[in-house]
Amino acid sequence: MEVCNCIEPQWPADELLMKYQYISDFFIAIAYFSIPLELIYFVKKSAVFPYRWVLVQFGAFIVLCGATHLINLWTFTTHSRTVALVMTTAKVLTAVVSCATALMLVHIIPDLLSVKTRELFLKNKAAELDREMGLIRTQEETGRHVRMLTHEIRSTLDRHTILKTTLVELGRTLALEECALWMPTRTGLELQLSYTLRHQHPVEYTVPIQLPVINQVFGTSRAVKISPNSPVARLRPVSGKYMLGEVVAVRVPLLHLSNFQINDWPELSTKRYALMVLMLPSDSARQWHVHELELVEVVADQVAVALSHAAILEESMRARDLLMEQNVALDLARREAETAIRARNDFLAVMNHEMRTPMHAIIALSSLLQETELTPEQRLMVETILKSSNLLATLMNDVLDLSRLEDGSLQLELGTFNLHTLFREVLNLIKPIAVVKKLPITLNLAPDLPEFVVGDEKRLMQIILNIVGNAVKFSKQGSISVTALVTKSDTRAADFFVVPTGSHFYLRVKVKDSGAGINPQDIPKIFTKFAQTQSLATRSSGGSGLGLAISKRFVNLMEGNIWIESDGLGKGCTAIFDVKLGISERSNESKQSGIPKVPAIPRHSNFTGLKVLVMDENGVSRMVTKGLLVHLGCEVTTVSSNEECLRVVSHEHKVVFMDVCMPGVENYQIALRIHEKFTKQRHQRPLLVALSGNTDKSTKEKCMSFGLDGVLLKPVSLDNIRDVLSDLLEPRVLYEGM
Amino acid sequence: MNTIVVAQLQRQFQDYIVSLYQQGFLDNQFSELRKLQDEGTPDFVAEVVSLFFDDCSKLINTMSISLERPDNVDFKQVDSGVHQLKGSSSSVGARRVKNVCISFKECCDVQNREGCLRCLQQVDYEYKMLKTKLQDLFNLEKQILQAGGTIPQVDIN
Repeated sequence: MEVCNCIEPQWPADELLMKYQYISDFFIAIAYFSIPLELIYFVKKSAVFPYRWVLVQFGAFIVLCGATHLINLWTFTTHSRTVALVMTTAKVLTAVVSCATALMLVHIIPDLLSVKTRELFLKNKAAELDREMGLIRTQEETGRHVRMLTHEIRSTLDRHTILKTTLVELGRTLALEECALWMPTRTGLELQLSYTLRHQHPVEYTVPIQLPVINQVFGTSRAVKISPNSPVARLRPVSGKYMLGEVVAVRVPLLHLSNFQINDWPELSTKRYALMVLMLPSDSARQWHVHELELVEVVADQVAVALSHAAILEESMRARDLLMEQNVALDLARREAETAIRARNDFLAVMNHEMRTPMHAIIALSSLLQETELTPEQRLMVETILKSSNLLATLMNDVLDLSRLEDGSLQLELGTFNLHTLFREVLNLIKPIAVVKKLPITLNLAPDLPEFVVGDEKRLMQIILNIVGNAVKFSKQGSISVTALVTKSDTRAADFFVVPTGSHFYLRVKVKDSGAGINPQDIPKIFTKFAQTQSLATRSSGGSGLGLAISKRFVNLMEGNIWIESDGLGKGCTAIFDVKLGISERSNESKQSGIPKVPAIPRHSNFTGLKVLVMDENGVSRMVTKGLLVHLGCEVTTVSSNEECLRVVSHEHKVVFMDVCMPGVENYQIALRIHEKFTKQRHQRPLLVALSGNTDKSTKEKCMSFGLDGVLLKPVSLDNIRDVLSDLLEPRVLYEGM
Repeated sequence: MNTIVVAQLQRQFQDYIVSLYQQGFLDNQFSELRKLQDEGTPDFVAEVVSLFFDDCSKLINTMSISLERPDNVDFKQVDSGVHQLKGSSSSVGARRVKNVCISFKECCDVQNREGCLRCLQQVDYEYKMLKTKLQDLFNLEKQILQAGGTIPQVDIN
């Protein structure tokens, strides 16, 4: 038998089995001891382990099991009682612990299992959250891009920059291969490729606007995926190798000014859209994501707004430029017109004088020549010369008058005259011609037609002469009748009302002829200058065609109206005009009352018995004026104040001389009050003469406006007073007294 | 003998009145006034002239009172006074007086008290001067009439 290093066996051959048991027990014990150690070690290491108590229990169980096995080592041989006791304790303890552990495990193992499931659940959740985070981040990025894009787009008002920027930014943000904008052409029937990202100078492709793919895109406000092979997406020559990236198209509404309502988003009833096409890089296997599409839609909207702003701005700039141009043109035209007017006025002024002077010379000398001894032939020649020059003079006057009339610089020269006499004179002038043509002329003057009136005698005669002359000229047979009456109400023109005021009336003159008549269509043209109706009768009669135009203007100056009525060609016509004339009271009254207050012969030197009133604050002036008038034979009453004057003045005084030297209009008021006083009475009012320190135009105008009949310059001389009195007391009114 | 006296007196009268015109004391208006004198109104000119001188002294008095105190001058009153004076003097033909009135009015317009005082003095001087001269003239006239003569019509131009 060999000696081994181990414990000496004192037993026989089946001691080998014993030995192996011995060794195994030993190792089991070691293991049983080391396992809890390991457990403790690793649990200590890890921070989180909920079941320490269980671990302790388990550790105890294992330790005790190990102890048991260890103690078993000693029980192979006979052993003392102690060993047996230890062994028993160990076994008892082990039994207790193991039973407890077993019981505990029933609770614990389900828990442990559920922990596992929770762990799985949490892992899933974490993954989900990760995903969502990723999404949010992408969205935020998108938003940032949109903001940036919008900012870029809106930072300029230039249409091209806007569009270019859009494409560039979009291309950058979405990493596009190509980005293009198709704008509708003017006709609206085609889309033209206007801008692209990669090509700097796009070739001018156009596609018709009625393609189904385009309609599809225009039909919705969302970005639409379209086929890369559609005409709008084929921007580059296709080389077959490429797998074309996905293409998306979106409509860009082109808004007009009229679409913008306040407080409202524009109604998308615009008909015009542009098309934006976006292409992902080919061969990239990228797909259009939803957020990218949303980005594109938002951008399209922004672009629309930016474009309309730019359009509005463009329009307003254009309008402003246009206005400025027009302004300049208008200014120029105005200045030209002014120059023309000035030139014409200068011309007229010069011609007026230059033409009249020789004319007068010719007329005067020819008339003188007529008075001398002439042979019949010479006489005939001289008469012709005279007639022609008179005609020429009349023509010149007409033309010059007309231009003055048109300027508005012509003023009527008012005076008192006999209306009845005027008519008779006109008829006398026309009678020779009428007799030759065998046209009897009849004159009817209404019984209530005033005899003495105030107006422009010369021009009124011109008007009547012209009209009656025309009547005679254009009538070959029949008769001519001239009627003059006072109109009380107007039946003719709707915009012309006749209001007979106290001291005015409207004279209506009707000249009826039975001549060629006038086509109703030509009636409006008659009064235009230089126009004549082309009928045989007129062509032979000469005349400048100005006559009626001038007459019309004179009539208008006299606040009247002139028109022609005709029943048609060959039925004759009636020319009618109304003019406003003043009634000259005193002469009419004297005529009516029958007492000749004004003798027919004008008195130039003797005013005996003429009652006059002198009003002057200055005693010396008063005395001098009185002396002058007394010398002329008047009966003079003097007063020294306005009030006294008003008190004293009566219908017996024929003339009132009033001093108006003091500045202001108080003195002139007295004239008005005298007027008032006498319009209430039925007596004729005295003539009013102002004695003033100056007789310039403004003074004269002032006097006229206050109803004074004359002005005398102080200091008054005998001749002046005499002249003024004799002028005033004849039936004529003047405004000169120097 | 009377006629020679009359003629002499008439001569004197004529020269005197012409000198008055030439020296600018009188102007055309005065001759107008003289034209008004006839048998009916033999003293017309004298009456007018004396009225004028009374007026003058009254106005000058009022105006000097107004211009007295340097701080409180009523230029409106002075102005109206000058206006009256000017009117009167031009009515009778007192040329020099009228001219002074014109410059007087100018001083009054700009409210120049010193100027006004000066003009006032001048007016006073002028009218008194004219008064004396006219007095002499009227005396001559009286002498002529007393001597049985007629007052010659003097034509100034």
